[in-house]
Parts: sequence; structure tokens; C-alpha cells
Amino acid sequence: MQVNERKPLIVAFCCNWCSYAGADLAGNNRLSYPADVKIIKVPCSCRVNPMFILRAFQRGADGVILCGCHPGDCHYTSGNYYTRRRMALLFSMLDYLGIEKERTRVEWVSAAEGAKFAATMNDFAQTVAALGENKRLEDLRCKK
Amino acid sequence: MQRIGVFVCWCGSNIAGTVDVQAVSEALKNEPGVVFSANYQYMCSQAGQNMIIEAVKEHNLTGIVVCSCSPRMHEATFRKTAAAAGLNPYMVEIANIREQCSWVHKDMLTGTEKAIILGKAAVAKVNLNTPLVAGETPVTKRALVIGGGIAGIQTALDIAEAGFPVDIVETKPTIGGKMAQLDKTFPTLDCAACILTPKMVDVAQNENIRIFSYSEVTEVKGFVGNFDVTVKKKARYVNEDICTGCGACVEKCPMKKVPNEFNLNMDNRSAIYIPFAQAVPKVATIDPNHCNMLKNGRCGVCSKVCAAGAIDYKQKDEYIQEKYGAIVVATGFNPISMDKFDEYAYNQSKDVITSLEFERLTNAAGPTAGKLLRPSDLKHPHTIVFVQCVGSRCAACAEKGKEYCSKICCMYTAKHAMLTRDKYPDTEVYVFYIDVRTPGKSFDEFYRRAVEEYGVHYIKGMVGKVFPEGDKLKVQASDLLNNKQLHIDADLVVLAAAIEPDKSARPLATMLTASMDTNDFFTEAHPKLRPVESPTAGVFLSGTCQGPKDIPETVSQASAAAAKVISLLVKDKLKGNPCVASSDELMCNGCSSCERVCPYGAITYEDKEFRMPDRTVAIRRVAKVNPAVCQGCGCCTVVCPSGAMDLRGFANRQIIAEVDAICK
Repeated sequence: MQVNERKPLIVAFCCNWCSYAGADLAGNNRLSYPADVKIIKVPCSCRVNPMFILRAFQRGADGVILCGCHPGDCHYTSGNYYTRRRMALLFSMLDYLGIEKERTRVEWVSAAEGAKFAATMNDFAQTVAALGENKRLEDLRCKK
Repeated sequence: MQRIGVFVCWCGSNIAGTVDVQAVSEALKNEPGVVFSANYQYMCSQAGQNMIIEAVKEHNLTGIVVCSCSPRMHEATFRKTAAAAGLNPYMVEIANIREQCSWVHKDMLTGTEKAIILGKAAVAKVNLNTPLVAGETPVTKRALVIGGGIAGIQTALDIAEAGFPVDIVETKPTIGGKMAQLDKTFPTLDCAACILTPKMVDVAQNENIRIFSYSEVTEVKGFVGNFDVTVKKKARYVNEDICTGCGACVEKCPMKKVPNEFNLNMDNRSAIYIPFAQAVPKVATIDPNHCNMLKNGRCGVCSKVCAAGAIDYKQKDEYIQEKYGAIVVATGFNPISMDKFDEYAYNQSKDVITSLEFERLTNAAGPTAGKLLRPSDLKHPHTIVFVQCVGSRCAACAEKGKEYCSKICCMYTAKHAMLTRDKYPDTEVYVFYIDVRTPGKSFDEFYRRAVEEYGVHYIKGMVGKVFPEGDKLKVQASDLLNNKQLHIDADLVVLAAAIEPDKSARPLATMLTASMDTNDFFTEAHPKLRPVESPTAGVFLSGTCQGPKDIPETVSQASAAAAKVISLLVKDKLKGNPCVASSDELMCNGCSSCERVCPYGAITYEDKEFRMPDRTVAIRRVAKVNPAVCQGCGCCTVVCPSGAMDLRGFANRQIIAEVDAICK
């Protein structure tokens, strides 16, 4: 099997209250996941503007994952419901544009689910690595 | 252009073990805006903080990046350091290179690479940071306690003791709650009324406490420090201020066949009633569902006998509006319904009762004046079977019971068994249990006394079926330790019903925007470190609304909640969160998309005059965010079609800069 030398680049948006704390818990428990995952903290998953995700793909990200509180547990009552609907729409549009559905994901990770965070990131990184480089939306002018 | 200082923490070997901190601080030196970069063993230590303060002064820094542990750990620390150095605290960003880097990656090379990228993202963000000032809001120095059981009573007394006015809202005509119904309390066996009723009197006499009995909260608006609450005072058809509680009306009321809920419907009361002799406030209440005068206008006896003239058949529900700085939820619990537990024949036989009913049967003020008589024929029971965990720890039967342990049943059952054997030594007492759980001060000793001194038969096993036959109750059970089937002819069966949060809790949680778990218990802000605060600022939890508790635990949690309320109310002003949304009124087109998604109602609209390029003045409708109400989720920023709405501290430009830095 051919081993891809290039490391995938994954941007993870984590909400401050659940998923970022979940990622911290994964760290506390020393549950490893690939270093390809880079986390950006947002107050709520609903803060993630589709623009940020498009920007990440434009700049050469190979996968983008959004993590928020479980439905019903949003710190801001209803933010993650907006995320769920918005991202369903955005991801299907991205799929149409050639960014495979596997490269984008929304996952609910609570502050108590360090193990789930690590497992999710392992699985997502593996999936994205298997798909190879995102060439479809990458803007080569940004690579100067 | 910012002048940024980067400080890389070793965290002993926690970070330095898998991240080359020297390489990180070298690499970040060349980032745009960075004028100073250093690393140190413990950045959060006094020496580390001093290093930051000195660097700020020496290099005229305008922004700080600390590459260290999670911001959840030390963001507040470094913000204070920045403030001490004369910087705006919000000019600090943390790159989390411990929890999200050194602790999860084993390899030095990948760890260092990732740490550099995370540092670059933080630098890119700080470059776009702006100084933020938290708004201040005044604090209304008054607390609301919802629920007047022992939890609410203790919380209210403690807050009042500190000098702040407190209102208690209680749905029943009297405060006292479940504890008022109990006979004796484990493990010391003091009588519940003897320790509770003096506290109830204290509440009534405390000039800082107002009691809204027979009332409920119908609307909550506002936020920490400034809640606007509407309380509905239900019509009790008796003027509370005039009624002396003499009881003449109760005695003369011809309608005497109303089930008495205070005695769990085991006897009757009149249509006008005072729940029990020590009720606070000691005021009569007319039950409109049973009063002949209110139903068809034929009676009026109570108004004739009332010397004070307190009866008012035309009384209406009254709505009271009040402002509060803090709200304490103390809505308590109820035993679950036994309707679904057919196997115990609760609905077939009057002699199958719940433990709370047993409590009333043995209470001197109860329906049998404290004599243990079985409800069906008022004869003394000679064989009593107690069944524990009825509906508790019932993962397999989640549709009728609860998965959790109700915590108090083991102890009160031991108490019931012991008291029965003590008063009536001729009675055989059997207790069927799954496990006996006695964690608590003097609890296990108490249970052992029941077994060893009082000879209660504790049998490990479940009761499979109870059915009435003649005047006996046939109990079929298994004895797991002896591997035997047992058949007991019992006179009385007592079910230790699981407890569940009061039904009023869920609608209340919605009003308060406080969160609940799947069992409708209120969730705490942190299960270990903030156990009496709800995640919603200004809302505190007291007693069993948060989880099953016995009386000592409830009281200690109630006092803890009071302490939290007091430390909130002593503040004259509250600092808000400055990371709130703000709308650029030049770009806003007043479409109200943002208003629709805001969960807090923080966005309003106002008409604003704009000078147009042709020197005319136009009036446009623009969005306006109330920074005291906005919690900073940022939902509005995404729906804004014109891009006018942005979130301070997490601005579009800042997040995009982070994305760019990571994807470089």
C-alpha cells in the first residue's frame, strides 16, 4: 500500500463550553490523536460562519470538523441547532463543488467526553488521510 | 501594528517533555508583530508573571501571547497579569500547547511543529485584538427563593441573616415542604417537626423575608443581577393580612369530605383548611374545587363564623412583579407514582403504602394520631414487609422507574423498621433490598443497630409479587443469599418509592434558561467545583432539585447556595462579559435576521438618522445589541446577510486570521 508522505491538514472548530473542554479532557487523560488536527476555539458552534470553512478549504485544509455541545445541552440554549441546519446545507453544497462529504463533519462532544473527542479525531483524520489532498477548492494563489 | 510578546511555558516537563520550547519561542520571533519572545519554566508562577510585566514595560508591548496550558486553566491569570502591567486584559491570547499538544502527541518533532502553528495562530489573532472593556450593570440587592421546603427555608434564612431581603415563593398554602410531613429523622431520630417548625417561625418573623405562599413564578426575564420576575399569587379567598388562623372556619365548614393531601389522602379535611397546626403562614385557604359557596353560591358558613371578617369569596389571582439580583431554585422532590408497579398491588390494596404514607401513619399529628394501624381496617399490623428500590436503580424498567439511586430510601427504611420494632416489639419486620447503602456520618452504625439490636429481618432479594388474599397480603420474594423462595403473609407492605424532581421544575428551567439532565434534575455549573450554581449566571441550586439528598446534605447545600447569593448581592456592580456582539450601524439594513435567532432577546431595533452623501438626512432602522443581555454566542453574526454584526473578541477577521495561520 502506498503511504502518503504528505500529512493532512485538519481544522477543528470547538465550542468553548463543551468540545474545547472535551479536547482538554482528552489531553488530561493523555488520549492521543493525530497532530494534524488544529483546534480553533469559538464561543459556540453557531459562531462558525460558513465563510471560515470555505476559507480553510481555500487555504488548503484537507478536512474541517465542527464540534459543539450535544443537542439540547447548548450553553446558549439553541446555538447548536442552528449549526446543525446550517452545516447540513453547507456540506451538501461543498459536496456538489467537489469537496467530498467525508471531509466535513459536525460532531457533538460534551465536556465529559474526552475519549469521544480523541476517537472522533482519530477517525476523522484517518478518513481525511485516505481521501488524500484537497485539490478541488484550494486556491493556488494563496500558496505564493 | 501591534507589539507582541510571546511567552512559551515549559510547564516543568509537561510541555517541555514533548515540545522543544526553545525552538517554539525562536520560531515565533519572526512572526509579524512579534517584538519579544521568551520561554520559562513556569509562566504562571509569580516569577513568570513578573517576567511578562517587565517585558511589557521594557519592550512597550501592546499584546501578549502565552503558549501554555488550556485557557480554561490560566487565561484569567494572564489577563490579570496583563492588567497589572497596564495592558487591557483582553489583549492576551493563549495558545493551548499542553492539553491540546504536548499531552496528546508523543513525538518531539510533531509536538514542536504543532506548537509553533498554534502559537502562530494566536499571534495572528492578537494582531487583530482590540482592547475591550466589560460593561457594568447594577445589582438588585434582593434574592428570590423558589420553593419553601427545608432547602428554601435555610437558604432564605442565611441570605436574610446577611442583611438582604429575600422572597420565598411556595406553591402550597404553607412552607415546610416534605420535611414537615416526616415523623422522625435518621440517624439521630429527632422529630422532624421539632427541628423544622422553629425554623419556619424564624422565617415568618424575619423582617427581611417575605413569604408568597400559594403562589408560583410565571415569568422570568432579565439576567444576573437584574431579573424581572412575575409571581402569581393564587386566590385563597381569605385575606391573609386579617386572618388570625383561629380555625373556627375549618371547624364549622360543612364540606368535610375533601381528601387531605398533607396526609397523602389517608384522611379528609374540610373545604376551607389550614394544612397543619404549625403552618406558616397560619392562614386558612379555601379549596375552590370543593367549596359549595364558590361552586354554586350556597353556603357562606365560613364568612359568618369568621370573627375577623377575613373571608373574601371574590378574591382574584394577583400578579406581583419584583426585581431580583439572584434566584435560588429549591423546588424539591416527590415520590414517583406507583400506578405502573402493578406487581406490588398498590392500587388494589389500601394496605400497600409508600414510605411517605408510612411516615404520616407513625406521625403523632397524622391520620391515626401516631398509632401504627393499617389503613384498611385500622388494626395493628403484626407482619410488615418493606420493599426497597421500588423504581430506583431500575435501568431495565426505565419507562416506569428511574435509573438512579434515590439515596435516602435505605436509611429511612432502616429508621421505619427500627421504630416499628421499638414501639411494637411483637411485630415482625422484613426488609427486602438489592444493596443497603449507608454512606454518611453514623449511617452504617444506625443500620447495624436496626439489624443487631432490633432484630429486623434484612433479606437480600427482590419482591416479585404482592397480592391481597383475605385480610392478608401475600408476598412472594426471593432470598438470594440462601437461594430460597419466600412466601410471607404480611399485614402491611411499605414501598420505598423512588424520588423524582417536582413537576414544576421543567417549566421553571425553561423560564430560567437553566439546564437539566435527562431525569429533570437541574445541572450544576461544574459537578465538582461549582455544585450549587447552575450554568446560568445568577441562578443557584438548593436541595433535591439538583439530585437526591438527605436532610443534612440539603441543608449544607442550601447554606452554600446562600453564601454564593450573598457574595453576588454584596457587589454594587457586576462586570459583564465584554466579548459580545455589536452591529455596525452603517452596514446594518434592519432586516431583523439577528433578532430572530438571538436566544436572549438582546437585540432591538431603533430608528437612526443618517446623513446621506447628497446632504439629505435619511432615517433607517438599525439593530442595537444590549451588551448587558448579550451572552456572546455569536449566532447573530452568522445570519447577518450584510456582515454588519460581529462578535468582539471572536471577530470574523480574527478567526479568519487563525484559519490562515493554521493553513499556511
